[in-house]
Amino acid sequence: MSAIATPRRGLFPRPTATTGIASWLTTVDHKRIGIMYGVAALFFFVVGGLEALLIRAQLAGPNGELLSADAYNQIFTMHGLTMVFFVVMPLGAAFMNYLLPLQIGARDVAFPRINALSLWVWLAAGLFLYSAVFFDGLPNGSWVNYSPLAGQIGPDPASLTLQDAAAAHQSRMLFYSLGLQIAGVASLASAVNFITTVLNMRAPGMTLMRMPVFTWMTFVVAFLLLFAMPVIGIALWQLMFQVRFAAPFYDPTNGGDPVLWQHMFWLFGHPEVYIMILPAFGIISEILPVFTRKPLFGYTAIVFSGIAIGFMGWGVWAHHMFTAGLGPVADSAFGIATMFIAVPTGIKIFNWLGTMWGGQIRFTTPMLFSIGLVSMFTIGGLSGVTHSLVPHDTQQHDTYYIVAHFHYVLFGGALFGLFGGIYFWFPKMFGHLLNEKIGKLHFALMLIGFNLTFAPMHFLGLNGMPRRYYTYADGMGWNFWNAVVGVGAIVIAISFIVFVANVWLSRKNPAAGADPWDARSVEWLTSSPPPVHNFDEVPQVSDRDELWFRKYTQTKEAAEPVRVPAGGSTDNPGGPYGDRVSGKSAKELGIHMPDPSWFPLLLSLGMPIAAYGVFYEGATMIALLAIGGIITFGSMIGWALEPSAEDDH
Amino acid sequence: MSADTATAQVDAGHHPPTNFGISNEKLGMWTFIGSECLFFGAMISTYLLYLNRTNGGPTALDIYDIPFTSASTFILLMSSLGMVLALDALQRGHMRGFRVWTLTTAMLGAVFLAGQIYEFTIFVEEGFKLETSPFSSSFFMLTGFHGIHVTLGVVMLVALWALSLGGKIGPDKSETVELVGLYWHFVDIVWIVIFTVIYLIPVG
Repeated sequence: MSAIATPRRGLFPRPTATTGIASWLTTVDHKRIGIMYGVAALFFFVVGGLEALLIRAQLAGPNGELLSADAYNQIFTMHGLTMVFFVVMPLGAAFMNYLLPLQIGARDVAFPRINALSLWVWLAAGLFLYSAVFFDGLPNGSWVNYSPLAGQIGPDPASLTLQDAAAAHQSRMLFYSLGLQIAGVASLASAVNFITTVLNMRAPGMTLMRMPVFTWMTFVVAFLLLFAMPVIGIALWQLMFQVRFAAPFYDPTNGGDPVLWQHMFWLFGHPEVYIMILPAFGIISEILPVFTRKPLFGYTAIVFSGIAIGFMGWGVWAHHMFTAGLGPVADSAFGIATMFIAVPTGIKIFNWLGTMWGGQIRFTTPMLFSIGLVSMFTIGGLSGVTHSLVPHDTQQHDTYYIVAHFHYVLFGGALFGLFGGIYFWFPKMFGHLLNEKIGKLHFALMLIGFNLTFAPMHFLGLNGMPRRYYTYADGMGWNFWNAVVGVGAIVIAISFIVFVANVWLSRKNPAAGADPWDARSVEWLTSSPPPVHNFDEVPQVSDRDELWFRKYTQTKEAAEPVRVPAGGSTDNPGGPYGDRVSGKSAKELGIHMPDPSWFPLLLSLGMPIAAYGVFYEGATMIALLAIGGIITFGSMIGWALEPSAEDDH
Repeated sequence: MSADTATAQVDAGHHPPTNFGISNEKLGMWTFIGSECLFFGAMISTYLLYLNRTNGGPTALDIYDIPFTSASTFILLMSSLGMVLALDALQRGHMRGFRVWTLTTAMLGAVFLAGQIYEFTIFVEEGFKLETSPFSSSFFMLTGFHGIHVTLGVVMLVALWALSLGGKIGPDKSETVELVGLYWHFVDIVWIVIFTVIYLIPVG
């Protein structure tokens, strides 16, 4: 065919570069997208961490004067927003992107270009949110942003001139509502993509109950995102109409109901905490069996308790609202539901303990982080159960006891699991291991720093120290523990520096090979890093621990599994073949891979431009909305009509 | 059988067969529609909560013109019939029928939208604006977002019609039309719920 001589017309020529910056900007490869998610999320982790250090510096002693009340409000709000939406969620998404197709034996996700779109839209949302610093300051209503506080900051928007609109105080909450709205689009697109991928793209023999647990948790998280994002989306639209166009949704002086925001926010917000924690649960369910040389104890129970968490996560949101005055019946119902949801989580904890019990444990860095998750999350989970007791929760509401609780589950839980995942899959992603000694130092510092920071917050909270206050008086009995917390925060910061140093110092480590950990699931079949098409031939899956059973066979005589000779045996004809990946490109092997595209990146630029329009009035508003809309819809049309690079069919 | 052959035609040389038996695109569209249910569900809940919070402004009984909206509802529902006929014509290879019915569907959608714009204009003239009361805000947001969905559907239908003129839509692309059809039927079904909730449930 004369494809190269006369390519079909598109807005852009379809990019074909495989190296260089353009190849990263136009990539639709799930592995590259995953790496970019991870790197960007770690960048935001530094930003959010610096914000945390500022908070702790301000509160290290009484009557702190480092930050004004206004600056403090902005910084603690952005700390929460950054860590939730731009660190923990995307770090989970990084692993989902990278691992999901590899773990189910697919060549890519179902919609590769939409996958790239999710990345760029999410990144655009983060930059948009932080661009508030160039206007009149960052959002300052806390990440929960309760009304009427959220709606009352600022003059009547209708009377604003162009300059006023940009400078008005209320613009801060517009950044909140529009920034998270854009981030939500990215999450929704990912959710559709991952659900379709799991249901439709599994390798032959990969039944649902043979999928790795991380893939299962990704699947559950995708459903949570799918149904939670539209709810917060509506709440954010309503907030936007209130602060910009004076629609009194949450304004009690005009008949609105501020509690409606709380319901909508937490109907999203509670599934959101499972969106953050379940990927980490999936990660350690992969790590623990590898380093105990045992199959996961109670695979079915872990999978079904994950699904149960996904369902029950929708029925507990009002435990965040026990002080809102919902009445004794609602409070009791949600208290009981909250106690119930601890059950599937407890099942998982015992399954992980059962996995380790009697195993040949290797204390590698990923294993240490996994054990760290199990122990630290259990502490956070137990303090969570105390919140299901309504009188207790009423006493602790908005104190540091709550802050201690959710950092134990989100830092001690999610982040420990995610860092364990980084150490575990780093050789798969980059071809070499991270240094184990420095890794263990990182773990030790992080564990010590974490407990120094957040354990004392339990005491502070029980002593009545309220959260979100920018300072406190001397003589409240809070000085000592706040000083300890400050030291702990510094230790956490040092631990992250150790991690960065580890990545840098390990860059010349020898090649790790396809399967450095003696692992169990199919992503370790292929080379490290995997070729663009993941597998030269799609693996035939016949077992839950597919790779393990290609490597080992159980004989009646020996108690230990016996290693199958490399290359497979008659019992295991496949054999591990990671070292036998040919090194040929997909094209040479006759595999059709999706082509790179500029349109996801281009489309993602449209939404923030349109969002800036909302800050203005009249012609400027219409112009910005029009430009953003034209970029967005124009990209969609270009996207739909985009020809493939090799015009072969 | 016919579904199998249709999928086989579409997927020829493109994709390996899927685990679920339907294409990624169709499964993705169904998943997306599941999400849309909660999108509209959240707005309908808000509307029901704020039904009687009128701030002394117009109430539902004061402003709604039920015969007028019933007529435009009928027009929108008939457009779903047009969508079905368009897809059927395409699958049988009747390109002229496909173009006629696609344009008819888009026109019916546009008439519905014109009716909505007319209704909004009248309401604003009568002092029923976005900022009047929580009731008015939730009414405009619910029907407005539905209108945006219809608008996107009309744009997609017109795009399908234009593409078919250039020969880019043929019987081999019938699944693309089916996906637009899924979206269009969903938007119609949501309107049945919205119409019932807004116009048929008596105000208490």
